[in-house]
Amino acid sequence: MSNEIKSKRRDFLFTATYTIGAVGVGAAIWPLVDQMNPDSSVKALSTTEVDVSSVEPGKTITVLWRGKPIFIRRRTKSEIDEAAAVNLKDLKDPEKDSDRAKNPEWLVMVGVCTHLGCVPLGDRGDYKAWFCPCHGSHYDISGRIRKGPAPTNLEIPKYEFVDSKTIKIG
Amino acid sequence: MIRLNNLLLKIFFIVFVTAIGNSSYSDEGKIELIKNDWSFKGIFGTFDRTSLQRGYQVYQEVCSGCHSIQHLSYRNLSEKGGPEFTLDEAKAIAEQFEITDGPNDEGEMFTRSRRLSDKFASPFPNVQAATIANGGAYPPDMSVLVKARKGGADYIYSLLLGYEEPPAGYELDEGIYYNKYMPGQKIMMSKPLFEGSVEYSDGAQATEEQLAKDVTTFLVWAAEPHLEASHKMGFKVFLYLIILLTLVYLSKQKVWSRLDLKEDSNQKEETFDKVERAATEYEGEDPKTFR
Amino acid sequence: MSEDKYVPESKLAQWFDNRLPLLTLSHHLRGYPTPKNLNYWWTFGGILTFFLIVQIVTGIILAMHYVAHVDLAFNSIEHIMRNVNYGWLIRYVHANGSSMFFLAVYIHIFRGLYYGSHKSPREMIWITGLIIYLLMMATAFMGYTLPWGQMSFWAATVVSNLFGAIPLIGENITAWLWGGYSLDNPTLNRFYSLHYLFPFLIFALVILHIWALHVPGNNNPIGIDVKKNSKETMPFHPYMVMKDLLAMLVFILIFFGFVFYAPNFLGHPDNYIPANPLVTPEHIVPEWYLLPFYAILRAIPSKLGGVIFMFASIFILILLPWLDSSKVRSAAFRPLYKKFYWVLVAMVILLGYLGAKPPEGIYVILARVATTYYFIHFLIILPVLGRYEKTDPLPTSISDPVLDEPSIIDKFKKTAGEYEGEKVDTFK
Repeated sequence: MSNEIKSKRRDFLFTATYTIGAVGVGAAIWPLVDQMNPDSSVKALSTTEVDVSSVEPGKTITVLWRGKPIFIRRRTKSEIDEAAAVNLKDLKDPEKDSDRAKNPEWLVMVGVCTHLGCVPLGDRGDYKAWFCPCHGSHYDISGRIRKGPAPTNLEIPKYEFVDSKTIKIG
Repeated sequence: MIRLNNLLLKIFFIVFVTAIGNSSYSDEGKIELIKNDWSFKGIFGTFDRTSLQRGYQVYQEVCSGCHSIQHLSYRNLSEKGGPEFTLDEAKAIAEQFEITDGPNDEGEMFTRSRRLSDKFASPFPNVQAATIANGGAYPPDMSVLVKARKGGADYIYSLLLGYEEPPAGYELDEGIYYNKYMPGQKIMMSKPLFEGSVEYSDGAQATEEQLAKDVTTFLVWAAEPHLEASHKMGFKVFLYLIILLTLVYLSKQKVWSRLDLKEDSNQKEETFDKVERAATEYEGEDPKTFR
Repeated sequence: MSEDKYVPESKLAQWFDNRLPLLTLSHHLRGYPTPKNLNYWWTFGGILTFFLIVQIVTGIILAMHYVAHVDLAFNSIEHIMRNVNYGWLIRYVHANGSSMFFLAVYIHIFRGLYYGSHKSPREMIWITGLIIYLLMMATAFMGYTLPWGQMSFWAATVVSNLFGAIPLIGENITAWLWGGYSLDNPTLNRFYSLHYLFPFLIFALVILHIWALHVPGNNNPIGIDVKKNSKETMPFHPYMVMKDLLAMLVFILIFFGFVFYAPNFLGHPDNYIPANPLVTPEHIVPEWYLLPFYAILRAIPSKLGGVIFMFASIFILILLPWLDSSKVRSAAFRPLYKKFYWVLVAMVILLGYLGAKPPEGIYVILARVATTYYFIHFLIILPVLGRYEKTDPLPTSISDPVLDEPSIIDKFKKTAGEYEGEKVDTFK
């Protein structure tokens, strides 16, 4: 057998060994990395069910979901009308109220200011809705940013009504 | 000859060490445990799902009156590798039990029904309460009980079926029972399983052996919920390692074949020739060692 | 060092290497002249390094999830086993890895004893190795306490009580170790801290160990000195790298056999019972790799005596290079030493077996016999052999014909037969 063919065979063996070896190293590294991902007990808490039967119109409750505050407001008719009447051109982050609250009576938002993460105060501010005291962001009755440094509206999490009294968040 | 001796010694060594590993830590008369062909034993072992579901039922209806299983969560019942109840079934099971939660916004503790994310309810609030309610003997938590007993699944199974009349003249105090497999033969748990103790929801016949087998299987899963995943991964790992080992072996041979071994054998011949010459040319008396 | 200065190829590499000579170091390690005749017993150093890294990596990861508090430790490990992604795998790798680490270290040590790797000029390799071994035992002991199971608690209680045997200051030392009046939360926390620390001390000592090795170079199965960079050596890379890799893979196969199919075989069931200071397990035993020392401890009738003999069994090993005074290194050429070597091996295994048995009856007697032999072996037999043993003639070089080969022996015999001289005493 010529030396060249021998050397090709030899290289193939080494290449194959390196490749298979590398696959093994990669497979071995994955668990070491994945263990830092949320574990199953944390993921089990990734949804929260909230009983809203006692929330009166015009009132907001705050619940904890994934360690973060969630504002759930049962809006009055006038508040809903006010939210729907806003001209999208006036909004820094244009979004229709009907896109934010599928059931307009209920507003469910993540109560974390989109500027730098403080928790806005309720029934405050120029729009009589939410106001973040850290750097002066004003949100309206749909949770949209109207004034101040925050770039986007308050986040709407994934949620659904499992029945007329219970909202499942996440 | 020396090589054979070495090899024999190494084999002896390995056998000896394995024997040590298997030897019991105590010297009392060894009782043969009742053997069973468990579906989860062996390198390809898996759990029998229906057995696990029945086993859960036995735990719930018989054992949970005294034994906690605090490291299990209700969601485990629907996770892969276990009884694999549906999510709704597991949720329904959880909702049967209550848990104290709080404090709420008024500062009060309140009770609510358990969720998938909650742990299994315990019959007693703490070890002391459990002990005093059971005549001074603490019914052990069952989460890892199978791993905490020598003999594992076979021991638990045997113990459950091992209640019998004590031999003649054997003294037994009030509240203590005779069990063949319990170390010391005295156990403070009365016989827990009788034929028909549980009416299986899948209609299977609830003989003592069946009850014991199902609850033991359930407890093995409770102690090792990732057993099936471990076996599956182990198989893949072994396959991979055999392949890699073969490749590395061939690579090693290839690399080592680059050595000029001919030179070594030439050297041997040279040395031998030198000695041969010296031997034949030697005209002296007592050659002790030839160097 | 007598090596030529290594010059890297690219300018960038030269700039770097001139300031931090890592490339020179790498070149030194890759090309390191290793004797050609090393057998597979020499692969365990590499295996040990691999396992040290495995233990450190898996240990650091476990530390992300473990809680060192007496009320939470056991539960945190169940959390790792059940909830953490691949937690069960990482935990079983760490626990079984520790056993594999010790199996490899015992093979490594006994390889040394057989081939005379502890003898001059390799005394510092031997001594750094002993310090590594001591640190390993301390690390393993503290690590075993962390799950806070019954065996964790009681084995630690027994061992820390040993220090109470020291006259006058014993009680104070024990209280100092415990941070209290019994093994409790302060003890657990400090064991956790030190368990995390010691492997890095081991790592540093391993570097010293290898550095000390690279001064004289490796020993070899024949035990004679080998000239570096001659026909008798080969560069470490690729020859020994490939050989080490192969041996590592075989060992890993055995390791994973335990991890995936018998992860609790080498452990003790009692450690799955949460620690209870009010209930002592029937038989307190340490992990298998500490059993021989446990046997020696219990063989001596007095508490203080047991402690002294147990520590002495390791500390006399420090003197080994001077106790084993034979000029011949390898047991291959020491027929008497070889026999006593295998007796020692049998005695140590016997001690391991006895360490797991209750200290009564025949077990105690055997333990005393084995302990006596152990000390006699090192203190009396080795020095005597060193002086009086008639060793076999050594070959002049490692390329010499192996006198075992039948074809060579036949040739010699033929020549001997044709020899018409007088008395031929030995004609091998």
